[in-house]
Amino acid sequence: MSSRTLDLVSPGAQLRPRPMIRRLRPTETIMRAVLLACGVVSIATTIGIVLVLGLESLAFFREVPLTDFLFSTTWQPRLGQFGIWPLLSATLMTTTFALLVSVPLGLAAAIYLSEYAHPRTRATLKPVLELLAGIPTVVYGFFALTFMTPLLQAIFGPQVQVYNTFSAGLVMGIMILPTIASMSEDALNAVPRALREASYGLGATRFETIAKVVVPAAFSGLVAAFLIGMARAVGETMIVALAAGAGPNMTLNPFEPAQTITGYIASISGGDISYDSLDYQSIFALGLFLFLFTLVLNLVSQWISRRFREVYQ
Amino acid sequence: MSITREAGPAWAIELNKLTVYYNDKLAVRDVDLKIERQKITAFIGPSGCGKSTVLRSINRMNDLIPGARVTGRVMYSGKNLYDTDIDAVEVRRHIGMVFQKPNPFPKSIFDNVAYGPRLLGIRDGKTLKQIVEQSLRASFLWDEVKDDLKKSGLALSGGQQQRLCIARAIAVQPDVILMDEPCSALDPIATQAIEELMLELVRQYTIIIVTHNMQQAQRVADYTAFFNIRKEQETAGNERRWGLLAEHGATEQIFNAPKLEETERYISGEFG
Amino acid sequence: MSAAPETAGGVIHDEAAYKRGLRLRTWRGTAWQNFFLLAIVAGIAALIALGFTVVNDAFGYVIATYETPAAELAPNGDLNGLSNAELAQILTEHTPSRLAVYIRDYLYSGDPAEFAKLPMSQALPGATLLPGAENRTVRELNDEQQAAILGDNLSQPVLVTIVEDNVVGESIYQTFSLTESLVNRAGIEAELASAPEGATLSFRSWVSLDFLLSPPSANPATTGARVALLGSLWVTALTILIAFPIGVGAAIYLEEYAAPTRFNRFIEINIRNLAGVPSIVYGILGLAVFVRALATFTGGRSILSAALTMSLLILPVVIINAQEAIRAVPLSLREASYGVGATKWQTIWRVVLRSATPGILTGVILAISRAIGETAPLLLVGASTFIVSDPSGLLSKFTVLPIQIYNYTARPQQPWRDAAAAAILVLLLVLLLFNATAIIMRQRARRRLSA
Ligand SMILES: Nc1ncnc2c1ncn2[C@@H]1O[C@H](COP(=O)(O)OP(=O)(O)O)[C@@H](O)[C@H]1O
Ligand SMILES: [Mg+2]
Repeated sequence: MSSRTLDLVSPGAQLRPRPMIRRLRPTETIMRAVLLACGVVSIATTIGIVLVLGLESLAFFREVPLTDFLFSTTWQPRLGQFGIWPLLSATLMTTTFALLVSVPLGLAAAIYLSEYAHPRTRATLKPVLELLAGIPTVVYGFFALTFMTPLLQAIFGPQVQVYNTFSAGLVMGIMILPTIASMSEDALNAVPRALREASYGLGATRFETIAKVVVPAAFSGLVAAFLIGMARAVGETMIVALAAGAGPNMTLNPFEPAQTITGYIASISGGDISYDSLDYQSIFALGLFLFLFTLVLNLVSQWISRRFREVYQ
Repeated sequence: MSITREAGPAWAIELNKLTVYYNDKLAVRDVDLKIERQKITAFIGPSGCGKSTVLRSINRMNDLIPGARVTGRVMYSGKNLYDTDIDAVEVRRHIGMVFQKPNPFPKSIFDNVAYGPRLLGIRDGKTLKQIVEQSLRASFLWDEVKDDLKKSGLALSGGQQQRLCIARAIAVQPDVILMDEPCSALDPIATQAIEELMLELVRQYTIIIVTHNMQQAQRVADYTAFFNIRKEQETAGNERRWGLLAEHGATEQIFNAPKLEETERYISGEFG
Repeated sequence: MSAAPETAGGVIHDEAAYKRGLRLRTWRGTAWQNFFLLAIVAGIAALIALGFTVVNDAFGYVIATYETPAAELAPNGDLNGLSNAELAQILTEHTPSRLAVYIRDYLYSGDPAEFAKLPMSQALPGATLLPGAENRTVRELNDEQQAAILGDNLSQPVLVTIVEDNVVGESIYQTFSLTESLVNRAGIEAELASAPEGATLSFRSWVSLDFLLSPPSANPATTGARVALLGSLWVTALTILIAFPIGVGAAIYLEEYAAPTRFNRFIEINIRNLAGVPSIVYGILGLAVFVRALATFTGGRSILSAALTMSLLILPVVIINAQEAIRAVPLSLREASYGVGATKWQTIWRVVLRSATPGILTGVILAISRAIGETAPLLLVGASTFIVSDPSGLLSKFTVLPIQIYNYTARPQQPWRDAAAAAILVLLLVLLLFNATAIIMRQRARRRLSA
């Protein structure tokens, strides 16, 4: 299109009209193809994940019935028992503790930053909080083991074991806090000023405006943040691998050690595993479970925040 | 200390040398103005002359803008609303506000209107229902929505939304209602409905309305305040502009016999 | 206000009740505001506690015992100042019977059981050997010949480590945290008194130049971060080389070329979801695809496999961030370029990318920072083994700092925790340097743009 128009304004064209030829531009075509290939890498990754997890899981489920995997409560690879519940319960426990820390604190921090803090205060506080998000998770694992666990032992006494899900969960909560805070802040900022002004105009205090107008209006955005935080907690590996304990343990006692799904995968891959053992294949079944679990959380979160955005546009 | 409404003074609100800055920028300067009780006062003037700024200063809405600074006095019921011991929250309970763009909460119609009374601690369902009905009736909306009070306020048409916002404002029984171009986002029919509503409301409330529409001012306002912009060459190419109250009087006088030439030029549409 | 609606008027205009209510409401507001602020304070406190915990373990007094104090081996006890030949000489004098073991552990990479049976030229292909040693097995060499093999083929830092581990034999008897060291000197002295004879007390900074330059060892007193640090640098550099062009390319495609077709929308959604996949799942993918299926190309558990896995992991983030940066380039710039007759690709290359560079860099910094600290996927692609030799190429075995931190933290003895704390400081320093460099680059790019 553009090339034709340009031909008409070039000096030659003004003198004697030339037949307009659509010039082929090899660079253009090649670059387009190369860039498309880059985009396709992401699809290939997804297909790779699904294929790898799916095929190996299939081999695994030929040996271990899916019903055993989903409904039995013993995970003892040596005895050929692969019931996911001990691992899943530990995952759910650490996730719950993490959310108990990160959701209230993250939301509160977001409210402070978006509703109270002076822009200048916000500009200094926010990067400091974001530092927490930049710290490698293995460092959090160290922190859980050498700071949080002794602290819990000092508070709750010797019933707190060296490895326990509580410590791992709390530290995971600190790790997720900035994610939840920053997503929540975005949701709060998306609430139009006009709604706040309407509330103030009716004689509401700042807190009433936040509690009764801003937070309810941002609610779905906040839920989306919550779900993303949950997905992060479910998939987090290093903190639980270091601090939650090695060895599956069907327990609800937060002070006892228990291995999470990710913790198990990490522990198995640490040693030299033989590639055709059931142990090895179980990693893929667990990986598939994690993948699907977090995928659902992410999809729901995206769906909710898309609807939330539609409301205010 | 706090505000006790007084029936006494003839003036609902008195502005004394009201001056507003945004950060270091002077927005309006030295506004002296008396607003009469249970009358409609219109603020007119070119864009950027500070009408909204003055209006928002009256119920301390400007407190919410970082960098906004107010000097001078706003007298209401014998108190200067900018005294340090006056709570802005209380001010806004007495002096309500309706905004340019209808801004109902994303809640039901009922909850929108009940929002203010609930803040005041009214929990009793029957009382709330009563207040909601009265307010919706007073804003001429009752007949249109009485059957689905549970519907979201956002589902109403623009004109209905603005009347809902008025109902919401009067549900806390304010003394003064500030309206910042309440009709500029509405079609002529909805505008007419709001104008009729104002004429009804003024029997109970003192109303101040900012408007760009000269006919509207003439139709509804008892008094009109004309604001204008002053300019001053600071250095070459660097102009300082601020707003001020140019002329104030009965609407009839402002539109038929303005004292100032600039008022004359403005109302005849020469600039705006 | 006689004109107010009558029924509710009484309720609302009970001024005294309103005043009381307002006081309560104001008080409640303040209480909540303090709670909100507290959340931020808690976050910052956690950050401080974290920093404190690391520093607390990385410095402090240690009580150590020695088999042969370094001062007896080198002037001022400075082993680093010795040459390879001198170090080999020390090994020959003090541990003549272990020379063959050192050769096996540090130079030989085949099956340990076979080692003693192979002639040197086969056991150590490519190694520098004294004439006459080629065809002999290790047992047939005398001490001097064995020592020469060590001195000629190992780097000086590795030799120092061998001397430290086997001759000096420093063994940490007890370690103290920084706080303890500062406030409880008397208690520490008392501990020293009950320590074995010859034990010395010294203030130790676990992170030190020596720690940076030494290969790992089985003794926490002499271990170092050298190999892991180099491994991290290799993996990170390679990850940038792979992920940066592909990520930016995909972003350009999505922003500049992709029509809103179903397929392109699918790519978008897909990328967003990939960004949320747990990193350990990428590790499983890398294990199955790069380490096993493509082993012939990647060398199995190699730097290349690790970098490929990391690239897939950070690609979604790189793409999303680059897309945002490209989207922020104003349309008017593009139009100006088309207006002077540029083709699409010329416009992208000369105009769009140029002005999006600072933004793209910012996004890529974030993504790469994540890769530097990432541990879980590398556990799976096999970085966990104990390696003493520096990585030498794309296909060499490797370990990285986060893995070393993980290994050391997982050990229950305090000296290893202290070494882990030192490795954490190194890792954080690397992250800091990386971010600082990248920010400076971004600033340059910005200045170039505005100039
Ligand atoms: N929030 C604000 N921050 C900075 N300046 C403002 C703000 N609101 C208004 N102003 C400035 O104050 C002046 C008066 O604005 P405004 O009161 O909105 O005028 P009007 O309502 O008469 O159009 C204008 O110059 C405007 O730019
Ligand atoms: Mg205005």
